[in-house]
Amino acid sequence: MELKRVVVTGLGAITPIGNSIEEYWNSLVNGVSGAGPITRFDTTNFKTKFACEVKGFNPTDYFDRKEVKKLDLFAQYALVAAEQAVQNSGLDVENLDPDSAGVIWGAGIGGIITFLEEARGFVESNGVPRFSPFFIPKMISDIAAGHISMKYNFRGPNYGTVSACASSTHAIADAFNLIRLGKAKVFITGGSEAAINEAGVGGFNALQALSTRNDDPETASRPFDKDRDGFVIGEGAGALILEEYEHAINRGATIYCEVSGAGMTADAYHLTAPHPDGLGARKVMESALSDGNVALDEVDYINVHGTATPLGDIAETKAIKEVFGDHAFKLNISSTKSMTGHLLGAAGAVESIAAILAIKYGIVPPTINHFTDDDEIDNKLNFTFNKAQHRRVRVALSNTFGFGGHNASVAFKAIE
Amino acid sequence: MSDIASRVKAIIVDKLGVDETEVTPEASFTNDLGADSLDTVELIMEFEKEFNIAIPDDQAENIGTVGDAIAYIEENAK
Repeated sequence: MELKRVVVTGLGAITPIGNSIEEYWNSLVNGVSGAGPITRFDTTNFKTKFACEVKGFNPTDYFDRKEVKKLDLFAQYALVAAEQAVQNSGLDVENLDPDSAGVIWGAGIGGIITFLEEARGFVESNGVPRFSPFFIPKMISDIAAGHISMKYNFRGPNYGTVSACASSTHAIADAFNLIRLGKAKVFITGGSEAAINEAGVGGFNALQALSTRNDDPETASRPFDKDRDGFVIGEGAGALILEEYEHAINRGATIYCEVSGAGMTADAYHLTAPHPDGLGARKVMESALSDGNVALDEVDYINVHGTATPLGDIAETKAIKEVFGDHAFKLNISSTKSMTGHLLGAAGAVESIAAILAIKYGIVPPTINHFTDDDEIDNKLNFTFNKAQHRRVRVALSNTFGFGGHNASVAFKAIE
Repeated sequence: MSDIASRVKAIIVDKLGVDETEVTPEASFTNDLGADSLDTVELIMEFEKEFNIAIPDDQAENIGTVGDAIAYIEENAK
């Protein structure tokens, strides 16, 4: 059976550095940090007091008051980003065959804001279980996919993917594979997360995963820098329209690029720590490249996971050198988490969008906040430190790795 | 308008996102005010909380309009 070709025809984003694709890309290219003091809750007793929050997002601009109450923030971000992507794609959703259109959406955590509110209500009610009937359908992480399908009447494959910080990369990979297999013509895919609350920040603090550079939030996310001290929690959504190539051509769609391959592996090693040699990371890049029949020297850019944790950055760097050999020193690497923070389950989607736009515009967004080289990291690699670089990008990889040892990587290729 | 009636209406306006003028005694939650089954459950829970009463499920089934709710609560609230 011949696999179908798959292309990207629409993008949407709600991020800490911009609430549209244009704003997001401009901020990426200009090296803008999305970090600042947390405004969502009182951080007095918290080790970390800053985050990359989405700014200027007013739910009632998009939903009526009744809808807002039924949607956790992660689902609100999902619906708004999805709508941007649908508009951007020019799809005539009214006249699509509903059975050929699906939604696969990633969220690593889901409605943790809702969960905490309801748990708090229960504690305050002296044990009387007055949970809202919307508690469960607001919280469960698959619900974003459900809402999107209801909005557009997409009746094809529909589910959520959960693999912590790799969730939305898995969503993109699954959508890609299902179109290739002829199971659907169009997918709305991507992911969203909204975990900047007491439970999210407190929980990641307990893992010692977050930067505590409270005196200087904007430079706290320092991937590959000697003084990196953890990730900066972010939030938001990235949405992509994936479409079968012929379907896109026949409707005269504007095509961003082709999805050429996807890899998925596991470290099978530790709950939260990466394999020290970057084993799973190496295998997942190799798998994405072989899946797409991509030659090593075609890859011009890797948007890395690069969360700025002490171990993770070293392991990923080792993996890149092993996979690419000499070519590792010729390609551009960047961690856009230096600007957006870590969007957890949405990371793969917004970073895939960065990779896709790098292909479109021939610009590699930077890894900002580089001050001091780390002896444990090979600084002959081009990390695109501090300033965007112009170059033609033929193939871009987007890597994401999640707690639990889940790895996913997608290869995007300029359309020929 | 009684105190209970105005509190009931305020809850309905808040939870269903409808205009106050729509919340007439005859208005049905599902037919006139756009509530689905989950919205109705939520309304009943809010009434229970606001008036510190317990509305058994078999009684809740009979509360279909704004007037039904006000009458039930006037009779049962402490």
